[in-house]
This record gives sequence, C-alpha cells and structure tokens, in this order.
Amino acid sequence: MILLDGVSKRFVVYGKRGGLRRERKVVTAVERMSFTVAAGEFVGYLGPNGAGKSTTIKMLTGILSASEGVVRVAGLDPARRRAELARRIGVVFGQRTTLWWDLPLKDSFALIRHLYKVDRRRFTARLDELTELLGLGEFLGTPVRQLSLGQRMRGDLTAALLHSPELLVLDEPTIGLDVVSKATVREFLARINTEEGTTVLLTTHDLGDIERLCRRVMVIDHGRLAFDGTLDDLRATAPADRTLVVDLAPDATPLVPPQGIRLVRREGPRLWLAIPPEVSAASVVARIAASHDVVDIALHEPDIEDIVTRLYGRTPQDQYS
Amino acid sequence: MVRAWFLLAWTWTRAAAQYPGTLLAMILGAAVSTSLDLVAIVILFTHMPSLGGLSAAEAGFLYGASQISFTLSDVAVGSTDKLGRHIRAGSFDAMLIRPVSALVQLAAEDFTPRKLGRLLPSAAVLIWSVPRLDLSPSDLVLTVLMVLNGAVLFGGLWVLAASVQFALLAGHEATKAFTWGGASMTQYPMSLYGQDLVRAVTFTVPLAFVNWQPSLYILGRPDPLGLPEFVRFLGPVAAVVVCLAAVGAWRTGLRHYRSTGS
Repeated sequence: MILLDGVSKRFVVYGKRGGLRRERKVVTAVERMSFTVAAGEFVGYLGPNGAGKSTTIKMLTGILSASEGVVRVAGLDPARRRAELARRIGVVFGQRTTLWWDLPLKDSFALIRHLYKVDRRRFTARLDELTELLGLGEFLGTPVRQLSLGQRMRGDLTAALLHSPELLVLDEPTIGLDVVSKATVREFLARINTEEGTTVLLTTHDLGDIERLCRRVMVIDHGRLAFDGTLDDLRATAPADRTLVVDLAPDATPLVPPQGIRLVRREGPRLWLAIPPEVSAASVVARIAASHDVVDIALHEPDIEDIVTRLYGRTPQDQYS
Repeated sequence: MVRAWFLLAWTWTRAAAQYPGTLLAMILGAAVSTSLDLVAIVILFTHMPSLGGLSAAEAGFLYGASQISFTLSDVAVGSTDKLGRHIRAGSFDAMLIRPVSALVQLAAEDFTPRKLGRLLPSAAVLIWSVPRLDLSPSDLVLTVLMVLNGAVLFGGLWVLAASVQFALLAGHEATKAFTWGGASMTQYPMSLYGQDLVRAVTFTVPLAFVNWQPSLYILGRPDPLGLPEFVRFLGPVAAVVVCLAAVGAWRTGLRHYRSTGS
C-alpha cells in the first residue's frame, strides 16, 4: 500500500543576518527513509516534534514532492498523480479541518460527494452508516465553525471516509480531545481497520492511541527511521526510567536517594527520582516511606517521547522544566 | 474543471445566501463603490471635452470594456489572490488532498455574487457609449471578443500574481499592482500616459491588449506609438502568452511548495 525507498526531503531556509543579507541553509527534514506498509495494517508513526512526521505524511499525500527517492502509495507517485490518489486515500489533520468553515456539515459532505464523484446511493448509505457510528446526527446541520473540537474531528473523519478510501492517513487525530471523544474515535478507527480492511497510518503523541490501536510502530527521529516493530519490542529495545515524585513532610529528614536511583530534581519538599526499568518501583517506595515522613507519592510511567529519547541514547531532557 | 468551479461557487453562494440581507447589501455596495470611478470620469469630462484625444463616448467605451473584462476575471479567478493566506493558515494543504485541481478550488474559494455587482456600472457605461460611436455590426462582434479576451488576459495575470505568492507569502500587496493596478490603468485611454509606460504595458505586462490596442482598431484611431496595424489583433496572442506563463508559474510554484510546519 505504501512504499518508501531512499526518500529524502530537504528544505532551503533563509535566516536573517541583519540588513538585506540572508543566510542560505539546507535543512534535511527526512533522510534516506525506506519502509513499506502492507494493505490492512494499522501502523503508528511516532517521533518528537520536528522529527519529520508531518513531512513524511505530506509526501505520502502528494502535498510535498520528495527531493530524492521513490514514493509509492497505492501504486501511484503521489506528487505527480495527486488528484488520482486523492480519490483512493483519506486524510485527516488533527490540527486543522479540511471541511469548509462556513458550511453546515451536511453541505460539506454533499460537496465532497461531488468532488469525489461518489454515486448517490452509495453515498447516502455510507453517510448513514458513518453518522450512526460517530453519532453525528445532532449536528449535521451546524456550520463547521460552530462545532466543538470533538464534533469537528468526527466530521473530518466522516469526510475522509465517505469515498471509502483504501488508505486512511491521520495526523494527530486525538489531539486536544476529551476522554469520551478519544474513546469514540479510537473505537471507530479500530472498527474500520478490522471490518473494512482499511489500511491506517496514524501519527500521534498519545501513547494510549498506540497501545489501543497499533500492531506496528515506526519511530522517526531526525528524519531517519529509528525503530520499526511492535510496541512491546519498542519498550524492550529502549526501556526508559519511570519517575517517582515524592513530597516530604516539612520537618522530614533530608532524603538520600537509595542505591541506583537518580535524583533528577529537587524543589522545596518535592523530589523527582528516576527509577531504572530493572528496579522494582514498589521496593523504592517502601524504603522511602519507611525511613522518611512522606506526605504524598506518585509514580509516572515513561511516555512515548522518553522512549524515543532513550532509543537514541541521549540524556533525557528534564521534562518538568 | 469548469464543473468543479461552478459546483464550489454554487456552494459558497448558498452559504452566503443564508444571510440574504447582507448579500444584497454587499452587491449594492460593490455597485456603488465602483460607480465612484465613474463619477470621477464624468467630472473629468464636464471640464474637458476630450481625454487623451478621445471623446467622452470613446473613453467610456474603453472604461466599460476594461471594467467588464476585469470583473469577469475577478469573479472567475480573483480569489487566487488569497493564496498566501491559505498557505499560512494551512488550508491550502486541505485543497491539495482533494481530487480536484487546487487552482480551481482556490479560484472558487469564498465565491460571492457580490463581485457581480461591479458589472452593473461598467455595463451601463458601455451601453451608453456604444450608440454614440459609429460602430458596424462587425465592430460589435469584435467588441464582445475584445471583452472576453481581456477577461482571459486579466485571468492569466491573476494566476501569475498568485503564483508569485508561493515564493513571497505576503506578496499579495505587491502583486495587486498588476491586477487591480492593471484594471485602473486600462480604465483610461493609454494616450494619457507617458510613451515609455505604454511601451512597457504593451511589451512586458501586456495590459495594452486588454482594451487599448483592439479599441484603436474598433474606433478607427491611429496608434500614438505608431505600431503597425497587425498589433491591434495581437490580443489573443498576448492572452495565450500570459496564460501559458501563468500555468508554468503555477506548476513551478506547486512543485516547490513547502507547506507550513506541523
């Protein structure tokens, strides 16, 4: 379904250097990236901001053309046959809508039917189905600008699926959504993948999305593919520290971190401790609680950015700063 | 492509028609504000019997023809002017993922019948001036062709100007000099302007072919620049050249399109 072979994307950026002089710099957003995605897969595409995720997606959808290498989606070269490809894929950008801001949702859908040349009977059946699955009924007549973020996202998903695409590309579809909307969206995505066999490529910062949905995870950093496998493999490859946050009582004795535990940060009575993957968190908690007067204690699992950071052997950045 | 344009334009019209009062007021407003140009010309003629060697009817003929051409082109593709804004807002990416030419979508974006209001005063002037000129039936046919050709030429300029915005995101103020500026310039007889300027708009940005050169023939006037007779008929050539340049510039811009972050 998707094939990338030695794909690079470079941008020329001009920096200000005072006056009219400008500095020319070439930035490589994606570097010699190769991977394939088979039909029917559900792939999570991860990486920190600026790693090249969106650039890859824009090359897959034909918005950007690759500087070098071969890109094939559904057998087509996206940049050259963008319009033809558009009929066979669906794209959702979480950060902004692809719907018409001033039009009621149902008018947007009707327009999409014409633009994608979907047969009226199939369209009606498909819209009814999606309306039911995503609960669009009550706001079909509302202009897009008046929809809540969750409603808008469900509208965008519907718009991307009305023409029954073979591939669905999602760029952070759950960003900013509340728990209920997130659950609806996730359940829906899982369903169209298993029941309709739609291939899904999903970028996200939300570990929950990945755990719930993706059988395969690709991690990109600095424009290169850093990892390709299952989520469990990813955790095993790059085990990351958990963080223990301890609040000591005001008159408690100063805490000395136990052997093998790193003190990340101290702020008055509050301490941040990094617990390596091989150490049991319970034993650390027990030891601290036994010897100190503890007010509160909390354990944070590593999030996906930490895992990615570890994957590169970089010093983890202080995420609380 | 034409079908998609009408489809999108119709959808936008329906969206605008949700507020019928506002829509009507905007159409009238456009008609009134364009009429102010006209007032300026009428005032000019009450003080001077001729303008650049042309009678009031002849000047009105040039004004009406240029304005109709420009308005038609503006209605069809004038929205391409907002390319820079769409790129910055990311909405241009949304156009690129649909199976219809991004240029067509951009041209029809935000279509409102308001712009058609500008046709009223210019059509009125043309209808006023034609009976006051000694025109044969073939001249009338040529006039219609001239107006349509002028619209195509302006249309090419719009797209050319929009393509510049791929490189200069905030370039629409600069490129307006060629679209709106060109419209203002062609409202008046070219014989008013300095010869170097007229040469420039004949041979570089070919605005002289919107109405000036063909009208010289229709009105039976000699060319102040003394260009040979066949130049009067080069309008379609100029339009084709501008449109080819526009398509080339658009494609180049699209190929080097960089999108925005996120």
